[in-house]
This record gives sequence, structure tokens and C-alpha cells, in this order.
Amino acid sequence: MDNDQSDINEAGRQFTVEPRALGQDVLEEVIIKKEPHSVDFKRLIDLTNYSDKGNSQLTNLVKDWEYQQENAVRLLREELDSLNKQQQEVELKKLKILEEHRFKQYTYGDKSPVSSLDENVRYPYQDDPKGKNDVIFKDENVETDAEYDSLMYWKQRAVHLEKLLEASLQREHILLEKLQESTENLERQSSPVEELSQVLKRADNFLHFILQNAPVIIGHQDREMRYRFIFNHFPSLGEQDIIGKTDVEIFTGAGIKESQDFKREVMEKGLPAKREITFETELFGSKTFLIYVEPVFSKAGETIGVNYMGMEVTDQVRKREKMAKLREEIAVQKAKETELNKSIHITEESMRAKQMLATMSHEIRSPLSGVVSMAEILSTTKLDKEQKQLLKVMLSSGDLVLQLINDILDSKVESGVMKLKATKFRPREVVRHVLQTAAASLQKLLTLEGRVADDVPVEVIGDVLRIQQILTILVSNAIKFTHEAKVGIKLYVVREPCNIQDSRETYQNQSIISANMRKGDPSSIYGTGDETNTCQGPVVWIQCDVYDTGIGIPENVIPTLFKKYMQVGEDAARKYGGTGHGLANCKQLVELMGGQLTVSSVEHYGSIFTFVLPYKVSSTSDNSDNPDELSDMENQDVLDDGNDDDSHSGIFMFQPRTLGSLFASQSSGKIQKLSPNCYGLLEDSLPSSSNTTYKENVIEEDCAKGVGLDNLNSAETSVAHKTYETWDQTKKDEIKPKILLVADNRINVMVTKSMMKQLGHSIDVVNNGAEAVHAVQCNGYQLILMDVFTPVMDGLQATNLIRSFEKTGSWDDAIKAGIEIQVPSPHSLSNPQVEKTRKRIPIIAMTANALPESVNECYANGMDSFVTKPVTLKNLKQCLQQYLP
Amino acid sequence: MDIVGQLQKQYVDFSTSLYREGFLDDQFIQLQKLQDDTNPDFVVEVVSLFFEDSEKLLNNLATALQQQVVDFKQIDAHVHQFKGSSSSIGANRVKNMCVAFRNFCEENNLDGCMRCLQQVKHEYYLVKNKLETLLRLERQILEHGGTVPMIA
Repeated sequence: MDNDQSDINEAGRQFTVEPRALGQDVLEEVIIKKEPHSVDFKRLIDLTNYSDKGNSQLTNLVKDWEYQQENAVRLLREELDSLNKQQQEVELKKLKILEEHRFKQYTYGDKSPVSSLDENVRYPYQDDPKGKNDVIFKDENVETDAEYDSLMYWKQRAVHLEKLLEASLQREHILLEKLQESTENLERQSSPVEELSQVLKRADNFLHFILQNAPVIIGHQDREMRYRFIFNHFPSLGEQDIIGKTDVEIFTGAGIKESQDFKREVMEKGLPAKREITFETELFGSKTFLIYVEPVFSKAGETIGVNYMGMEVTDQVRKREKMAKLREEIAVQKAKETELNKSIHITEESMRAKQMLATMSHEIRSPLSGVVSMAEILSTTKLDKEQKQLLKVMLSSGDLVLQLINDILDSKVESGVMKLKATKFRPREVVRHVLQTAAASLQKLLTLEGRVADDVPVEVIGDVLRIQQILTILVSNAIKFTHEAKVGIKLYVVREPCNIQDSRETYQNQSIISANMRKGDPSSIYGTGDETNTCQGPVVWIQCDVYDTGIGIPENVIPTLFKKYMQVGEDAARKYGGTGHGLANCKQLVELMGGQLTVSSVEHYGSIFTFVLPYKVSSTSDNSDNPDELSDMENQDVLDDGNDDDSHSGIFMFQPRTLGSLFASQSSGKIQKLSPNCYGLLEDSLPSSSNTTYKENVIEEDCAKGVGLDNLNSAETSVAHKTYETWDQTKKDEIKPKILLVADNRINVMVTKSMMKQLGHSIDVVNNGAEAVHAVQCNGYQLILMDVFTPVMDGLQATNLIRSFEKTGSWDDAIKAGIEIQVPSPHSLSNPQVEKTRKRIPIIAMTANALPESVNECYANGMDSFVTKPVTLKNLKQCLQQYLP
Repeated sequence: MDIVGQLQKQYVDFSTSLYREGFLDDQFIQLQKLQDDTNPDFVVEVVSLFFEDSEKLLNNLATALQQQVVDFKQIDAHVHQFKGSSSSIGANRVKNMCVAFRNFCEENNLDGCMRCLQQVKHEYYLVKNKLETLLRLERQILEHGGTVPMIA
């Protein structure tokens, strides 16, 4: 029968199975293992009972079965119909016979075979086909005693009837057989259960086949999150370990809880959802699964569990992450690239700017040195006191600018970063100097005052140049925006840099300023702010207020105040001029020195710019040279130096010029000595040859050396070079160092030689690097001045060769470089001076280019220092001081 | 005022103008400081040497620039020398010209070099003239028994 085909199709409709022929082939080849999945059958039945899906599945199966049964019934019916027809035929025959019988009966009357026959005929078709077997035609025997015809007639008739009976019997027999067959057939046809289970088994097989090749985990969990079914392609746990347990009970590790919570969430929401969860378990290590959970509903519509499918996507996730990382890296790379391009651009710009700065500084230096020189010349002429004072201010200002420019040229500015130079200085002096300078150029009726608190040390260490610069900018700013009353500087020690702001908030007028000032005065904190107190700590924080009674700054522009090229307003810019980057510079400088610059202001009343900076306190032992300085300083017209009483009087007052002379009440010297709190004033007595003495003094102060000061002082009135000479004369007596000059420019040689002579040294001269190497071979030198660019062999290479010799003791490198070697005589070998040169001769580069690059090149080639060309006496002298013992 | 005084004033005025106009810079003051009793003609010696050197260099430069194939390296070396000596003596404007000259050398710019040579020559003769005047004034002061005022 071809019912099978349709059966399968019926059952397979749910699974979209291939046509049988193909499907069966496949199935035949597949060996279905039963292990990978574990089923709780009871639950399955529950499921089929309770869930809609299971229900419909079952209905399908039942329908299928019913259809089959119907088919069978139909077939049976047909069979029965045909049998019925035959029966009817037989009945008709019987009736005929009975008619004849009736005739006879009528004759004999006591026989009623028809009824029994009737009954017999009807019987088998009623219920059980088996009952047909008992059909007996009892009344076939026909009476022979009929006188109707001849005996023959009856005989014939009997034979005929007998034949009919026989045929009937035969038919009946066939019918019986057919019935039997049909019954058997019916029996052979499987029971519904069998049928069902077969279909189920097929479906199951397909499922297995598919699942076996599906690298996924499929599971069903009930409402308590207990596993009821699990299929795992890579089983690692037995059935008993999983069924009836929850995720949390089975596994431990990261991600388990999350997955369970996720499933629960799906169950609660009743909506399917997907999620990637990374597990970190002992069982299977670190893996990421994509989990798809679908809720299972009961007929009543409530969730009774979840089905879920898990797929391992570790590799994908990893790849994805890698991709993301790569993308990120690419982005970063790109950003870097643009950044780099930008910085290249900036570097180029700054290089150009630096070059320009250097050129500009050069351009500025020359005329400026002219100005200063002329001022110096002027100071030698006959002048009255006031003129001398003016000139002195002019000189010191000019000197400051020169120093600044020299700093730039001497590569103090390196890639935008200012190098700070720590020197000892006297804060009072700085304040006085700044105010004095400002007063000199003052064109308004303003009082300039300076108040230095008693607790500020006499001497501190810091970058005086920068501090002076900051003060100058702040004061000139203050003056620019102030039209009446005063501008002042106040200096006092503070404890911490952080609490500066709260000591001053706003103020209404000058009196409040000073009140606040007093409040912020740490002398109250420190008690008596005497020197020993402040000298204890190595670092002292000094706050400096620059206050004015000017137009003030509107509150809203304060934040932008320190930005470059900012002025309070267009009007202000027009009215007051200036580029507006002074304040930005100030802030930068202060921060560079580790301090902070703040401002507070009230419009129309004034402003206070405050900066706090740390300074090292110059140790008291340095005061040992005070006696030397004292006499010197007095000559130098410096206030209160070198005198303990004076060192605490730090009040300066510069009244408006129109009130009299420039320096208000300073008709004569040391008023401040009389009373520390009265307004200290400038002294007169300008030294006769201020220029040289002043400069020398700066050097001496920087070096903190007392040597030669007496000489200096005695030589004060003489011309400068005499001073140098006498100074060096003292040294020359002690040692006679041998110095080698390597330079090819005759004029340069001549000048340098002459300078050296002035400094008390005779020098050997060679014209190029090769000769220099030669000379070093033959003679011991204690110092070499080396021009960087010389013909034949440049200074850098020569230095390299000399250093190589010093390191290895052999001139091999020099020989390689093509220099003839004079074998040193035994005499010269024993010469201690030659031996000494093995130690390392200081080599000073002489270069016209003091830009950091070329200087670094000098250092890289083993040079120790450099002097800029054209050489000056001062530079040479410093250099000799540093490198000659 | 006597003639010495006048000469001295003239000397100061003249040298001041030299510094002001940038013909000389403070390097020349350095030179003057180096001159003393043991070395009374130092400045004159150096200046003469400078003249000698410079004229040689200017000649060399002119020749080198007229070559069919101009060797800019060679020219640069000459200019470098010139710059060195002019800066040593404090001939500021010559030196500045040399800086520009070297830039053109670097660029192998023949036209620029030619132009610069003319300008350097011009500056050189200017400063030579000035220096000669200055030295003459000095000599005259000394001849009249005065002392040369010290600049700075």
C-alpha cells in the first residue's frame, strides 16, 4: 500500500522533510546516536498535554491516524458493498426457488424454510462478518414426491436444484474466504499507537539528524529554570548532571548568573530575545555564546518555561573585538599622524621664529649696546647728582634689556621653554630698582611706593631677571591704567601658596587694601618675623602684590585677562595701547617658576595683581662676604645692603616728579638707616666709573667670590682693562696654564691673542683642526679654544680625535683621519704635562652661532662649553675662570 | 677750548655716530680696550690686517663669481672668513651683509651673490673710510699731546 508515503508527508509537514526516496537514503546512512540529548519524558508528556504546540502536534498525529483509518473503513465498505450485491443476487435466486417452493408449500403447507433462509441471509451483514460462516441452506433438498410431471421431471428438477445449491454454496465459500482475508488485512493494519510512534520516531530521527550536525545547544528549561531537555553538540556533562537542575547549580563562573537572569527576564516578559554572554567557567573555559531564548506558553497563555538555543561565537567575538581594536588603532594612528603633521608644522614655524628671534635680537643688541655704551661714556662726563641718578637708571635698564637679549642669543630660550637661572638676589633691591625705573619714565602725578615686610629675607635665590621682568610689566601696566593716587609693590612672606586668594576678596578703597594687606601679612602668623626665623626653612614663599588705584577691571573680563593679546576692551586698547600680551607672559613666567599669579579688582577703584613664588633662602654663611660687599654696595648706591639694620627697612616712596626732584625726599644718604620704617630713599654718590664696576660686581655677586674684589675696588677709577689686568695678575702668579687657540681667521686670532694677553695668558695658535691635533700630541695644554669651522679639519672632528686619544691613549683614530703622528719622544712622554693631558683637556668651542642645535653639536662632539664669536673679554674671562684651576 | 679738546669732542661725536649708525658695534670697543702701553698700536694693527684681508677676500670673491662654473662652496668659505673678520673687528654692517651673502650662497643664487658682493664692497669701503677717519683723529689727538677719550 502506498499509504506510507502520505503518512510521512503528513508527519513531515512540520519539518519540511525531503521526499521519501531521498530522505530515506539519507536516513539509512545516518547512524543515530542517542546519547547527546537527554529527555525527561514525563515532562515531554506534560508539555504535550499542556502546551499549545505539543497539543497541535498531537492533534496532527491523531488527524493523520484518523485519516488512515477512514481510508481503511472506506475500503472495507467497498468490499462490503460488493459482498452485498452478491448476497442480493443470491437472494433473488433464492426467491425464485422459494416461489417454486411456495407452490409446493402450498401443496404441502407445513414447511417454512424461507423465513429461516431470510434470517440466514440477513445475518452475516449485520455485525460481525465472522457470523456469516453458519450460512446453511437447509431447505435445498427438494421433495421428490411431486406428481406434477413424470418422475423424470422431478428428477431433473432435483438435479437442477442441486446444482444451484452447489453454486450457491461455492459462492458462499468464496465470500467467506474474502471476508477472512479482509479481516486479516484489517488485523494486519497497525494499531494507532504503533502508527503514531512510528511517525514520531521518524520525526525524531530527522530531528536527531539535524541536531547532530548543528553545532548548537538546544535546551528547554521549566519555570524554575530547571533543565528539562538539553541537546549539546559537545556534551561534557551526563544527563543526570543536567536534567532537573538550573544553570547556577550546574556551572560556576562568570556569565552563568547573567544567562540565568536573562532567561528569567525573557520568561517574565514573554518576548523572545537574544543576547551575547561571555562565560568564564572551569568546565569549558572562556567562551562567548549567543543565546536565543524563546518563552513557551501554556494553553492558558502563561509561560511555563523557555526554549533556548546557544551558539558559540567566541571566535567571532574575538574577531569582532580585534576589528574594533584595529579600527581604533587606525583611528589613533590617523590622529597621531595629523598631530604629528601639526607638530611638524609647528616645529617648522618655531624654528623659523627662533631664527627670526635670533636675528632680531642681534639687530636689537647692536643699537642697544650703542645706547648703553654712550650712556656709559656720558656717565664719565661731569654731571650733577640728579643727572647721575637718571643716568644710572638708564644704565641699569639698558643692562637689563641687554641681559634679556643675551639670554635669547645665548640660547636661554630653547624650544619655547625658558630656562631659569637661579641667582642670589636682594628682593628689596629689585623692588627699588623696578620702582625707580618706573618713576623715571613716569608722566603722571602718581606716587610709587614699595613696602617690603620685615620678614622677607635679605637675600633669596631665584631668577632675578624674570622676577624683575614680571614686576616691571605689572607695574607699568598698573601705571598705564592709573591716573591718580598711587601704584605700589608690597612684598611679604606667606606660609602656603594655596591660601592666597582668601586673604583678599574685594576692596572699596585704599584703606581697606592696606587693612587686608595687614591681615594677609604673615608676620602675625610667624610672630616676630626676624631673619633667623625665616632662614630656618630652605624655601620661603614670598607674596608680591602690585596694587593700584586705577580704573580697575570689570569682573567679566578677568578670566580672559591672562590670555594673549587680550585687553579689557577695544576702547582700552585704543586708549592705552600695547600689544596686550604682557600679562600672559607674566603668568607664564610665574607658573614656570612654580608660583601663581592672580588678580582681584574692583572697577573704578583699582586692581591688585598678586603673585606668589617660592625662593630658596640664601644660607647665612653667604653673608660672610658681606663686609666686602658692604663697602662695595655703598659705593654702588644700593639701599640697605650688607647691613643688618638696613636689611629690614624695605619701604620706598617715589613722589610725583613735579613735587621736586625725581627721587622725592632723598636729599642725602641713609635715611633708612635712621629709622627702618621711614620711607627709604635712594642714595646719591654714583661711582665714578660705574660701568665697569657695576658689571664686575654682577659677576662677583653671581659667583659669590670675594677674590679680586679689593683689586676691583682699588681699580674702580681706572679704565676697565686695567682692572682686568690687575685682577688676572694675581692669578698669573700662581699658575701658568698653557692654552691653545685653534682659529684660521687672522683677525680673530689677533684679537683673541691680545685679549688673552690682557688676561695674563700667552697662547699657542694653530690654524685648523689637524694642526690642533698635532699640537696636542706634542704639548700639554690645559685649555683649548677651538673654532668650530676651520679649513682642512674642523673643530668638531679635531675634538673628537683628541677625546678619543684621551680615552684610549692611542692616536689610532687620528692616524686613520690622515694626521701624521709624531712619535712622542721619551722626554715628552715623561713630561708630566703631557701625561696630564691624558686627563681631559677642556675644549671650548668658538662659534658665531649660539643656537641650541649648533651648541648641542659642540657638546655631542666632546666640547665642554662655548663662547660666542666675536669673543669678548668678559666671555673669555668667565671661561678661563671656569676651566682653569 | 684748545685744539685737543676740539679734537676729542670731534672724536667722541664721530665714534658715537659710528655706533649709532651701526658701522661699528661693541666689539670695536673691545678692541680698543685691548690696546694699552704694552701694545700701543693694537687697534691700528688689527684694522690694517682687516683691510688687507678684506681686500684679498673681495678680490677672491669677485674672481670666484666670474668663473664659468661658480663654486658656491668656495664662495661661502670666503664669505665665512669675511664675516669672521668683520665681526671680530666689530664692523657690524659688513658682517650683517655677509650673513645675507651666505644665505644666497646656500641657495646657489648667483644673482643674489653678485648683488651682495656689490653691497658688501660698498659697506666695506664705507667702514674703511670711517675707520681711517677715526684712526686719523686718534693720531691727531695723540700728536697734539692729548689722550684719546675712552669710549665706554
